[in-house]
Amino acid sequence: MINALSYAELNARQRVEHLLDPGSFTEILGPSARVVSPHLALLGVPYAFDDGVVIGTGLMHDQPVLIAAQEGRFMGGGVGEVHGAKLVGLMRLALKVRPMAVFVLAESGGVRLHEANAGLIAVSEVMRAVLDVRAAGIPVVMLIGGANGCFGGMGLIARCADHVVMSDQARMSMSGPEVIESSRGVEEFDSRDRALVWRTTGGKHRFLMGDCDLLVEDDMGAFRQVAASLLGCSQKLNLQGLLDEQRVLTERLENTGQCNDAGEIWRRLGVEHPERVADMDVEQLQALKASQILGAS
Amino acid sequence: MERLDFVLAGHRPVQAFEAILVGVVGSGNLEVLVEPGDHPASCTFLINTSAVGFGAIWEAVVKGFQARHQLCGVSVSINDMGATPAVVSLRLDQAIASVPFLKAPAS
Repeated sequence: MINALSYAELNARQRVEHLLDPGSFTEILGPSARVVSPHLALLGVPYAFDDGVVIGTGLMHDQPVLIAAQEGRFMGGGVGEVHGAKLVGLMRLALKVRPMAVFVLAESGGVRLHEANAGLIAVSEVMRAVLDVRAAGIPVVMLIGGANGCFGGMGLIARCADHVVMSDQARMSMSGPEVIESSRGVEEFDSRDRALVWRTTGGKHRFLMGDCDLLVEDDMGAFRQVAASLLGCSQKLNLQGLLDEQRVLTERLENTGQCNDAGEIWRRLGVEHPERVADMDVEQLQALKASQILGAS
Repeated sequence: MERLDFVLAGHRPVQAFEAILVGVVGSGNLEVLVEPGDHPASCTFLINTSAVGFGAIWEAVVKGFQARHQLCGVSVSINDMGATPAVVSLRLDQAIASVPFLKAPAS
């Protein structure tokens, strides 16, 4: 694509600027407010003035939205106490101002290890806050396209949202590749095998499995277009919906739990030539999902 | 971590402006926050850096920067994670590129 602006290459602030209507973003607790991590300085680690997350209000196609963007280059986007509190605060603001959507531009390795307990609590608070927003009928949309992916607690938060949008080079999972390798051994998962990592956690796999609802190219314009299409689109959050989801996941585990590789799973889902998936572009993959595994998610 | 403070005289006043942030606190990188300052005749630098013992080099870098720009009434705050002097200079110039001056620098 000519003149495409790579989502992955931009930093959190630039992504916010390009996702929203030009000039419409108003930051809450910006860098000048200096609400910084109380833990990092004690450990002799430099803090960031925004604690690695940008939050605020803005417009998308003239409709009011709230937005948060994690900075993957600061502490791998790790969720610390302040970082988490900013996300929770944004969700609580959503309950008051009722925007057309809350967008979370997630890029995170999960809990920031320097702030372990505070970070873990923060993640659970964010999950609860996200569910409160959803229960109020306001859509929460996760956009994932950064080089660090969306892992650990942030992966859990992502799956609490109404919609997950990923680029094909994005990744989403709970335990990251290095974590799996260090706890279960290289025979279980070789974190340096990039092809293995991407076909197990990457956007294409998540899209085929139904964990990601919409797959886009690594292009800012594509993310903006898809984000705009989700304004006001909330998924019902009720007991029956959760039971249905549980049933789908149970069946999925029964059908594919014995597979040793993503390719085997794709075959069981009805993909005739799993070996071709890696070379497919987004359009081809969308066609594949529509034609061969309708109903799988 | 080391904290460094410098107050350097300057004579180029600036117009009112919103805070400017450039860069990210990542490995080999830094963030620079430029805001209106409290000292009308000087520019203040407040630096938090992960690399301890490089005060003399920081002083040389910010003095060189201030010699080029002669800022006054400006505050520069830096969070650094081991950026090289060249990267620091580039980030400082990048940040200052958006500051509205009242007059052009003396050549």
